[in-house]
Amino acid sequence: MTEATLPMGREAGRAAGWAGRNWAVLFLALEFAAFTAFGTHFVSLENVQNVLVACTFVLLLGIGETFVIITGGIDLSVGFLMGFGTVTCAKAIVLLRTAGVPLLAAILLGALISLAVGLFPGLVNGLLVARLKVPPFLATFGMYGITYGAAEIICNNTQITAPEGTGYAGNEYLFYWVPGKVLSFVRPEGLSEADLRGMVTLVPIIAVITFLVAALFAFVLTRTRFGRHTYAIGGNMDAATRAGINVPRHLTYVYVISSAFAALAGVLFVLRYVTGTSDAGSSLMLDAVVAVVIGGASLYGGKGTVKGTIIGALIIAVLETGMVNLGIPTFNRYIAIGGILIFAVLIDQFFPDLVGRGK
Amino acid sequence: MAVPLLEVRHLIKRFGGLTAVDDVDLQVFPGEVVGLLGDNGAGKSTLIKMVSGVYQPDGGQILFEGKEVRLASPASALELGIETLYQDLALAENLDVFSNIFMGREKTRPFLGLIPVLDHQTMHDESKKVLDRLDIQIPSLRKLIKTLSGGQRQAVAIGRSIYWNAKLLIMDEPTAALGVQEQKKVLDLVRMLRSQGIPVIIISHQMYDVFAVTDRLVVMRRGKKVAERITKQTDTDEVVGLITGAEEVTKTVES
Repeated sequence: MTEATLPMGREAGRAAGWAGRNWAVLFLALEFAAFTAFGTHFVSLENVQNVLVACTFVLLLGIGETFVIITGGIDLSVGFLMGFGTVTCAKAIVLLRTAGVPLLAAILLGALISLAVGLFPGLVNGLLVARLKVPPFLATFGMYGITYGAAEIICNNTQITAPEGTGYAGNEYLFYWVPGKVLSFVRPEGLSEADLRGMVTLVPIIAVITFLVAALFAFVLTRTRFGRHTYAIGGNMDAATRAGINVPRHLTYVYVISSAFAALAGVLFVLRYVTGTSDAGSSLMLDAVVAVVIGGASLYGGKGTVKGTIIGALIIAVLETGMVNLGIPTFNRYIAIGGILIFAVLIDQFFPDLVGRGK
Repeated sequence: MAVPLLEVRHLIKRFGGLTAVDDVDLQVFPGEVVGLLGDNGAGKSTLIKMVSGVYQPDGGQILFEGKEVRLASPASALELGIETLYQDLALAENLDVFSNIFMGREKTRPFLGLIPVLDHQTMHDESKKVLDRLDIQIPSLRKLIKTLSGGQRQAVAIGRSIYWNAKLLIMDEPTAALGVQEQKKVLDLVRMLRSQGIPVIIISHQMYDVFAVTDRLVVMRRGKKVAERITKQTDTDEVVGLITGAEEVTKTVES
């Protein structure tokens, strides 16, 4: 298509086409270059870790949102669902500890309880959208309010601090490196005081978990019938129904997936920050939708990829960390992210065939 | 005389006080193309929707392959092999050709021995086979539907129904949104189906199409079947007269 519409040579046309399809990747590279040029020590191990951690929560919410947006819906409840997840998780761990359950078991059980409870809001969203034909925007907007209120009730309008030791797992890393001496997959034991001080920790564990889950759901979306049906529903819901796809059931699953991702984000938040709070993810709903749309999804449905959402989440995380690095007040990030969202939507509006195809 | 593949007897459908289909009989034989004609509101679409399981009749019988059937939903009609192609074509524009042919019935193969993953190659090759059989030419089956022309889309939809063993194809205004060349291709495709023994019912307003491909014409007016003609034994003037009611029904053709 590009070759035909552009008067320049074939090669130049191809390059322009590539740039158009991958504008988000180029944007990320530019952004990274700009912060490297103007920031102080932007490219440092610590900062890259900051980017990975910042990207984690956006990405988790974003993957679930990707599925929803591909079907032509939207889930506005994910931010407060995540807050609800942190509160149920922290509260469960506290209660279990008070009941005398050992710490490790309490953490695991607490996480499982929070994940299980976190499926219900998605189930309700799904049933409202799929069976009762409530517009997704309204159904999930209602759930946005409900989960926020429910979280406030559980945490009694304050923060819940999880027991000491809860943060151990969430602040772990993969790969520990003592220059010249040890490179270990997990935390090495029996090191001297001096070695410990010189030890470098490489990959934050919550980022590892997040990217593994992202890879799994990228697989589901591109390689399985479930993924293909998700695209088919977004492309033409009537056609999907006539082709024998159980559309209401599939849509319900999709909203449950989105809700489960929000709950998982909540659990990881508690493991990392040892706190449950109803507004833990309140700013992330915007971020998640932005990440998905930057990644090439269309709010009209039928398009979007997990790979694209990862790029989108990285753009937001680099922006956020870069602004902190430059000492720009953080409220400016909302302006920047809002601006990027509108830009991405305009690209989809005027060049709908550019990005985000299902393969 | 051969057994009709589809036979409807005394079919009735009412919507409130309106009788949309009033005591209609219709037979379709193997390898036959039947044109269903009538003005807007004559009851053509309602009749077809009963045969494709969308509406339930208020009276009468539907027989398929000689046996009485109850078509509770579009799915039960599909199961029998009654495929209906609607004007909007029922394709997902964001997916490629072979994904559309296999939509809802995707082929999978085991990945790592246990997880079923989409088998793109098999779906592609099978799609190619059925499209070749119908002499349908599409440059690449990996192209998205939205990049295809109207005629190509129509061809993909037909290919899909044939792949899934359609025994009877119902086409609602198959050439309505197409250019002249494309219309010709779709009509060729209808002839191809007939030559392979698959009967087709065509609803159309385009007199040219109807006379070009059908063997027999059924005309409806205000819910009733008013005439049935062998296509070769009638002409446009008579048929237009029958549709508008200007021509009195003087003869019926037994099939």
